[in-house]
Amino acid sequence: MGGKAKTDPVVPGRVRAAPENFLSADDIAAVSSGRRDVLRRGFAAALGLGGAVAASTIPAQARADDPDIVDLPPWSTSLGLPVAATPYGMPSRYERNLVRRQSPGLTQVGAASVAFTPLQGSFGIITPSGLHFERHHQGWMDIDPKRHRFMINGSLPGMVARPMVFTIDDLMRLPSVSRMHFLECGANTGMEWGNVAVPTVQYTHGMVSCSEFTGVELRLLLDICGADLSRGTFVLAEGADGSSMTRTIPMDLVRSGEVLVAYGQNGEMLRPENGYPLRLVVPGVQGVSWVKWLRRIELGDRPWGAKDESIHYVDLMPDGQHRQYTSIQEVKSVITTPSGGQALVGQGFHAISGLAWSGRGAVRRVDVSVDGGRNWREATLQQPVLPKCLTRFVLPWSWTGERAILQARATDETGHVQPTYRQLRAVRGTRSIYHNNAIQSWLVDPSGEVSNVQTA
Amino acid sequence: MSRPRDGVRHRIGALLVVACASLAAATALATGPFPGIGRPATEREIAAWDIDVRPDFLGLPKGAGTVEQGQEIWEAKCASCHGTFGESNQVFTPLIGGTTAADIETGRVANLRRVDYPQRTTMMKAPYVATLFDYIRRAMPWNEPKSLSDDEVYAVLAFMLNLAEIVPDDFELSDANMATVQARMPNRDGVTTAHAMWPGGGLPGSSSAPDVGGTACMSDCAGEVAIASVLPDYARPAHGNLAAQHRRIGPVRGIVTGDDDPDAIDDPSPPALKRARDAGCMACHGIANKVVGPSYADVARRYRGAADAVDQLVGRIRNGAEGVWGNLAMPAQEDVSDADAREIVAWILAGAPER
Repeated sequence: MGGKAKTDPVVPGRVRAAPENFLSADDIAAVSSGRRDVLRRGFAAALGLGGAVAASTIPAQARADDPDIVDLPPWSTSLGLPVAATPYGMPSRYERNLVRRQSPGLTQVGAASVAFTPLQGSFGIITPSGLHFERHHQGWMDIDPKRHRFMINGSLPGMVARPMVFTIDDLMRLPSVSRMHFLECGANTGMEWGNVAVPTVQYTHGMVSCSEFTGVELRLLLDICGADLSRGTFVLAEGADGSSMTRTIPMDLVRSGEVLVAYGQNGEMLRPENGYPLRLVVPGVQGVSWVKWLRRIELGDRPWGAKDESIHYVDLMPDGQHRQYTSIQEVKSVITTPSGGQALVGQGFHAISGLAWSGRGAVRRVDVSVDGGRNWREATLQQPVLPKCLTRFVLPWSWTGERAILQARATDETGHVQPTYRQLRAVRGTRSIYHNNAIQSWLVDPSGEVSNVQTA
Repeated sequence: MSRPRDGVRHRIGALLVVACASLAAATALATGPFPGIGRPATEREIAAWDIDVRPDFLGLPKGAGTVEQGQEIWEAKCASCHGTFGESNQVFTPLIGGTTAADIETGRVANLRRVDYPQRTTMMKAPYVATLFDYIRRAMPWNEPKSLSDDEVYAVLAFMLNLAEIVPDDFELSDANMATVQARMPNRDGVTTAHAMWPGGGLPGSSSAPDVGGTACMSDCAGEVAIASVLPDYARPAHGNLAAQHRRIGPVRGIVTGDDDPDAIDDPSPPALKRARDAGCMACHGIANKVVGPSYADVARRYRGAADAVDQLVGRIRNGAEGVWGNLAMPAQEDVSDADAREIVAWILAGAPER
């Protein structure tokens, strides 16, 4: 299917963009001198052909009345549905295209797979809970919260003075905090390490989402249990699902109060696919450490070398060594509009818009290039700009039909600048799978079609 | 009731002291900054959940299993996903393969250096035998995790180690000899923590300086821009119709790479509900709520089970009715055909499902 962007079928009342140069200089002169028949011929031709010239070249007199205005639509002439017709509100049925999707062939079994967030349609920085990406190792469960327990104990006697059990009731009674953070899988963009592999930003970058999480600081719970943090220098988090997944959590983030034992997401309880009723929140760190269905925290004096920190989630370096405990999601950004697999609806004004984030703190700036990285302009960062949270950037752009290569490059508050593929591969090769934070390139073809490319 | 003798009184006193001591511990919980939150974990509870085994074997349970026992369990419970020889039938990543006797000597899997080596098996990567034990015990078999006894876990692991030629055919793996097996793990020296991506201390070689960074250049930065990689044409339709994965409004559309109709709108309403809407019924009736007239749920409750319910209600729709549900009259709906009215009534009596 190598075809170019198929333009929309003719929709009544929609003023179609006309093909380039469909008015010759002579035609324009004729129009200027009052011969509108030329224009009408041209407009008819444009309708037949599809294509793109600024619609504003067509004077208002030539437009037909819009039937969606003059023939009143049913929603203006009938009674709407009552309140609570849908007790839990759902998106409009016209938005059904924007859903979580799997990448065909990436995995063979749905219970150990990934469903990507549709970033191509996202606004702002918060991911609707129902669109938060999914990554499960052994399927997901909808756990009865009344039967869920959370335990804290120590690896060695005395490390935790009072090993304790908490119910969800207990945890929800404690003082809580609510914070917005991104959650990115360490393997996000992993398919693109060697070459372009997938068509859209949903599949290149859709293992990042961002929510407001509500919960209790883990350090508070450790304190209640009498944890000895001079002896216990690492923390193990463990899930209650079949995989009972374990990860070693860095103590610095526990001490700083950033690590949360969370039950809330975007104002409601966590979704089952995201760990209901309890998950760990480890800001700035890859998603695998945000253990879902959290049942236990263990305090210990060495890292645990769990399956997901010695066999998976290890980054293969060119010398054949695996980097272990690579946790921080480093500075990264991607343009979401326009992005791969899209076609611009017409020439003229477009806002280039995308997302930037860093596991080391707040995004300081984002630069955008439309010429493949030769020249850059600083984008505007939309508020709020929060640490370890998605940040939305925008840059106005007028597209006049030229070929363009769009790139975004983020810099975080530590001064760390997002690398190019060349810079990244020079150090880490192409087989790491994890932690690909290279600058993404989108090629805009003169037809308006946008595709995923990598520059040399 | 007799008075306790002195000795008995003394013993009671001692018991009271013990009780007071444990009460004091409980009181500490009850009167700390968060009284009434949480309770002490029991020994059995901790034992039930604290099953992790560290690379240094902290937490390793006692037990043993032979290669031969492991093979039997493997064929019954593991081979359907992981293949008879750990090759995994192309479903999961292969477990065994890619390691050599030389790797067992050096502790580094040589194939990991080869960019042309097609796949990394678990045994090529695993630095710690303890991790394999921990993972099998907590998560396998996939659909029945935690169902193997500790001895069975030792046996399955012994079989895997034998497939990888790390232990001989007649080997019995146990808590006593795990360390000697660790010394033969092919990739035991293949991991490093010398990087800047661990936000905390305590790992050898870890640093705070990122190993890769970009360049903050603003103009005339790259040389001539060349495209090195594009999505091959054959891969364009691999993700379905991208047009059906984008919004139908806004600055962009998805390109057409398949047959799904991007504008297809599912209206899951049953035909009778559509007819009720088209006929204007919903202006006065809600499905679950009273609007002007009664809700369909209330109608269903009143008429369900009545022998002539359908005829009665069809008559009320087509001819109108008065005084049945209060003072407001139901006007005659002459435009609704008898057939349509019957379909609507049947749907109402079925509970007026919306889907």
